[in-house]
Amino acid sequence: MLTMPQTATAATEQAPPAAAPAPAYRTVGDYRAANPIITARNVNVFYGEKQAIQDVSLDIGNNEVIALIGPSGCGKSTFLRCLNRMNDTIESARVSGEIKLYDEDIYAKQMDVVMLRARVGMVFQKPNPFPKSIYDNVAYGPRIHGLARDRAELDEIVQKSLERAGLWSEVKDRLEEPGTGLSGGQQQRLCIARTIAVSPEVILMDEPCSALDPIATARIEDLIDELKQNYAIVIVTHSMQQAARVSQRTAYFHLGRLIEVGATDEIFTNPRHKLTEDYITGRFG
Amino acid sequence: MNGGDTPNGPPQPTRARVAEGLARRYRRERRFRLLGLAALLFGLGFLAVFFVTLIANGHTAFVQTRILLDIELDAERIDPDGRREPIALETANYQQLIRDALHRRFPDVTERRDVRELYALISPAADLEIRRLVLDDPAVIGQTRSFWLLADDDVDMLVKGRIDRDAPEAGRRLSDRQIRWVDTLAADGRVELKLNRYFFTSGDSRDPELAGIWSATVGSFFMLLVTLLLSFPLGVATAVYLEEFAPRNRWTDLIEVNINNLAAVPSIVFGLLGLALFINIFGLPRSAPLVGGLVLTLMTLPVIIIASRAALKAVPPSIREAALGVGASKMQVVLHHVLPLALPGMLTGTIIGMARALGESAPLLMIGMVAFIVDVPESPLDPSSALPVQIFLWADSPERAFVERTSAAILVLLAFLVLMNGAAILLRRRFERRW
Repeated sequence: MLTMPQTATAATEQAPPAAAPAPAYRTVGDYRAANPIITARNVNVFYGEKQAIQDVSLDIGNNEVIALIGPSGCGKSTFLRCLNRMNDTIESARVSGEIKLYDEDIYAKQMDVVMLRARVGMVFQKPNPFPKSIYDNVAYGPRIHGLARDRAELDEIVQKSLERAGLWSEVKDRLEEPGTGLSGGQQQRLCIARTIAVSPEVILMDEPCSALDPIATARIEDLIDELKQNYAIVIVTHSMQQAARVSQRTAYFHLGRLIEVGATDEIFTNPRHKLTEDYITGRFG
Repeated sequence: MNGGDTPNGPPQPTRARVAEGLARRYRRERRFRLLGLAALLFGLGFLAVFFVTLIANGHTAFVQTRILLDIELDAERIDPDGRREPIALETANYQQLIRDALHRRFPDVTERRDVRELYALISPAADLEIRRLVLDDPAVIGQTRSFWLLADDDVDMLVKGRIDRDAPEAGRRLSDRQIRWVDTLAADGRVELKLNRYFFTSGDSRDPELAGIWSATVGSFFMLLVTLLLSFPLGVATAVYLEEFAPRNRWTDLIEVNINNLAAVPSIVFGLLGLALFINIFGLPRSAPLVGGLVLTLMTLPVIIIASRAALKAVPPSIREAALGVGASKMQVVLHHVLPLALPGMLTGTIIGMARALGESAPLLMIGMVAFIVDVPESPLDPSSALPVQIFLWADSPERAFVERTSAAILVLLAFLVLMNGAAILLRRRFERRW
């Protein structure tokens, strides 16, 4: 019980030097991936005067699930939202450093945000289906991007996406009913179907199971396991068990810094950094 | 029940003290509730007095006195040439036919002054209905027909019991003789209260028995139409821009403060602005619903903008994020998701703004809509009155019969307001969404 306040005060004392521009730390472990889709180098994010993340470098590999873990406010969600520029919606947010999708700089002027978000999809913490029919929820992305030439093709995309999200058998007879009428777990799978309907290259998931019960969570985790064959998945989670179950690599964030990256088995069995060890053994967080 | 006896409970002093205060707390709560209830009853009481007075004063305006007379449609009087030309039929002296009928009914009235009093029983406009019948069907000339003729407003007031028969003769609008004649006619079953068609179908008139709210209603309708067509799109567009697209900086802050201030500006100031701008500079016609609508637009815009922004703010950010997340552009997020969800709230705000505009009279006085308008306006450019202004004008008229018409017009205006606010509530109930 006593370690927590101590860490907290240590953190506030560390904060002023952390705002300095020079790289003040080194990430433990290899942040590179063998076959990267996204490469982030020395990313800093500021909300106004406050620095949210500092000098984070991390690769997202193809066909892998990478879990971002860490205590609340450590910057893992902020980093996730940099990858499809969702931070643009926050006016005070400022991003520096370099993030590349293959070899395109996603913060470059010529990068189109709409195009980027079609390629890097996102699933949110709280299931957020549109207050429209189940069909229209899934069909929305393909429609605005003009992915289907006719109704038949659109039907096929919707069916395939719902099948992949493991929802088809449950909703195939009531596609015209509102998506908001589904249960929480079904809604989240609907949101995943909506995301994969535009065939993105990367799927970002921001604590996708935090609002769900254990059974619904298990279904989503199975789904993530299947999806990784076709997509790169970045998942932010507060549950270390979940990170251990679904991910191949794990990145541990602490107070805006990327402390340690490594293969998930290694991080959980043999953490190299003291902070990582303290967190995964449950001493704080 | 002594708290100190239970071994596991908190020490006795705490319990005793809490118990002591408990009764006081509950008493206080009861007092507070009673106070609220009293305030509510007080307000409702005033509302009840208001409505009872209005209905008591106004309900009689929906009927009016008519007197049954046998009119001889004398061919000699109407169309001496016998050629049945429309112009002759139109200009014939139908008033004389009524006078003849009155003479036949009361043959002993011969003195000039008495005759004039006798004639005064019937409305000076009563001949219009006879003329209409003759024009529609000239074949009736030569026959004798019974007509329920419009009574003069003073007779109407007497029949409705609004003239005190015991007052000295000099203090009433009707003489003893006139009252006697009306009583004689009534004893014959020739005086009756019938539906007051004029009240709903005609414009203003100096004769209360002919005065109606139709032209004011049409004027109000045109005005609200102009206001709605201008203020809804403008208000929604402004709200969407400010809420969804505009950067947050000193300029938008300034604009926001100004919009909030404009909503609180007294309406007569907008009337002056309208007079200076629309009539003096742009040269738009005076007393026109178009100008009234423009002025009311200025007045309603801030209300609609504020309501629309509140409705936009109420759309949860998760919906925006969801749409952005699948790659919708800003415009698509707004058009496909935010606007449809905010629309019921915007419409509710608009209807409430419209209801306020409908009841507004002060700015209309400034732009000349206070004129005496008999004709029903046919377009937003015709001179016209508005319902609240009509009420103002009638409240100012000396005739006793305008009192009930004022109340009745207020009732009609209130009915429109209740209808509009009811629609707003219905809309909100119907489309209210939960996330």
